[in-house]
Amino acid sequence: MASINRRVLPGFSLTLGYTVFYLSILVLIPIAACFLKASTLSFHEFWDAVWTERARAAYYLTFGAAFIAALVNLVLGLLLAWVLVRYTFPGKKIVDSLVDLPLALPTAVGGLVYASLYVQKGWLGQYLAPLGIRGAYTRLGIVLVLTFVGLPFVVRTVQPILEDLDPESEEAAASLGSTRWQTFRNVILPTLYPALITGFALAFARGIGEYGSVVFVSGNMPYKTEIAPILIVARLEEFAYGEATAIAIVLLVISFVMLVLINRLERWSMRHEY
Amino acid sequence: MKSSLRLPFFVITLGLMIGIFLSISTAQQEVSLLNVSYDPTRELWRDINSHFIPLYEKQKGVKLTINQSHGGSSTQARAVIDGLEADVTTLASFLDTDAISKKGLIKDGWVERLPNHSRPYYSTVVFVVRKGNPKGIKDWPDLVNKPDISIITPNPKTSGNGYVSFFAAWGSVVVRGGSRQDAINYVTKLYQRVPVLDSGARGATTTFVQKEIGDVHLAWENEAHLEVAEAKGKLELVNPPISILAEPQVAVVDANVDRAPGHREAAEAYLKYTYTDEAQEIFAKHFYRPSNETILKKYTDVFPANTKLFPITAIAKDWPDAHKQFIGDGGVFDSIYKPRGR
Repeated sequence: MASINRRVLPGFSLTLGYTVFYLSILVLIPIAACFLKASTLSFHEFWDAVWTERARAAYYLTFGAAFIAALVNLVLGLLLAWVLVRYTFPGKKIVDSLVDLPLALPTAVGGLVYASLYVQKGWLGQYLAPLGIRGAYTRLGIVLVLTFVGLPFVVRTVQPILEDLDPESEEAAASLGSTRWQTFRNVILPTLYPALITGFALAFARGIGEYGSVVFVSGNMPYKTEIAPILIVARLEEFAYGEATAIAIVLLVISFVMLVLINRLERWSMRHEY
Repeated sequence: MKSSLRLPFFVITLGLMIGIFLSISTAQQEVSLLNVSYDPTRELWRDINSHFIPLYEKQKGVKLTINQSHGGSSTQARAVIDGLEADVTTLASFLDTDAISKKGLIKDGWVERLPNHSRPYYSTVVFVVRKGNPKGIKDWPDLVNKPDISIITPNPKTSGNGYVSFFAAWGSVVVRGGSRQDAINYVTKLYQRVPVLDSGARGATTTFVQKEIGDVHLAWENEAHLEVAEAKGKLELVNPPISILAEPQVAVVDANVDRAPGHREAAEAYLKYTYTDEAQEIFAKHFYRPSNETILKKYTDVFPANTKLFPITAIAKDWPDAHKQFIGDGGVFDSIYKPRGR
């Protein structure tokens, strides 16, 4: 009759209770407040606030730029993690700490620095402008800063997995006649998929929410370089709290759906690891 | 033995009681005010506070501390609405103070509680141009008629400087007799020449000064003076013949000053002080136009008398109406950027 607790360590209910409490205070209650505020609008008002042509252009840009930046980080982050784990070179510790810097730096500073580097008279801009590349006040600029703020995520998720990777499997693959590329492609990469996807999701989510750096580098031109968070600020400026939260809700819902899908993908890749 | 022990106890207890009593009575004479203001006024209010605090202590025997809070004007207004315990607000625009009032924190009719529509000082929008004014920008029509001019002004949707500049541009057409359609054409051309819409006044200044983008910067008059001074000869200030009368108003926050004794009295005295000659001089020194005409005239080298400043009522019913018509969702500003053919 009595149920047998098969767990080795006790404390399930305690930790679950704590988790729910913690999550509620930090995440669920603020989000619920958001929904509550938006619910002061009628459906019609809500729709008018969130589905204008200008807002659609902003969503498209926000998610598109965050997605591209996360993709870039996926490739470059893997490369960076690889170099940091597999090789030793002078100054490696410093490079390793540099990776986290975008998290510590106020992002507004990042945005300002990028903008002043890439404007036509800037250090980099003066060479790029003749080539027709404009890195400030364009969509490219937005992708650049989002790549910057999202840099640590892929590196930091992939790094520990790479470190724990058993060199024996690589040796076995080599001794069985696999080429270097085949070893990387068929032995190493599959074990990294879950970490890569997690890192991608984190960088992507970070990019969607980013405001501070983007406003300085994007130029905020409606329909062209205006991200969705700018619309929220614009509505707040009119003291239209309801409409502002309505846009936030749309961002939240789309982000949530995307993150759930990415999580699914990660689970799927874990099951198909070998 | 026992009685000799009791005496020190008695003395100590008495001493403590006197001490507590004294500290309570001095506490009653200490008032700490919070002045919630906007970004560029930090030095201005520090200057005014340093003159007002000793004066108030001498007159009323109250030891006053005045804390200042600065940020974007409408962000500050939202902070007060959300519960920041401001005793007085000294914000950049009628709209911001009005928003607080609409939430019931400042009583109706606040505008008429202090002289000159609760406006101890005022300001306007001027042009900042590169050294020697190479493009010859003198007046509003130059901005759209001269070839190859690029204009820096922040986003009217997110910045007070932004929408006041928009109103100034609009008024430069209609106050001079142009039609609504003329004004629409004018602002459309003007904003097509704006390469970057920074989210706030500070961002626009950085774009213009540090990144050297643009030929003319539509700036708050007081900030323009600082900008030109800091650029050490690389920039010049141009006063257009016509511009807007911006109304930075001050108000006592009724809902907050009655929470503790002494606050209302001190807050009201503080704002009244801003109308004295001494305070009016301080405004002028910080490049804000004093409302006192006599003192304003002493500074004609800074505030040229031939600039015509039109009130908001020249272009709309009032500030909220102007914001709704021109800047709000679906307003004139939105139509400028709407892609053609859709």
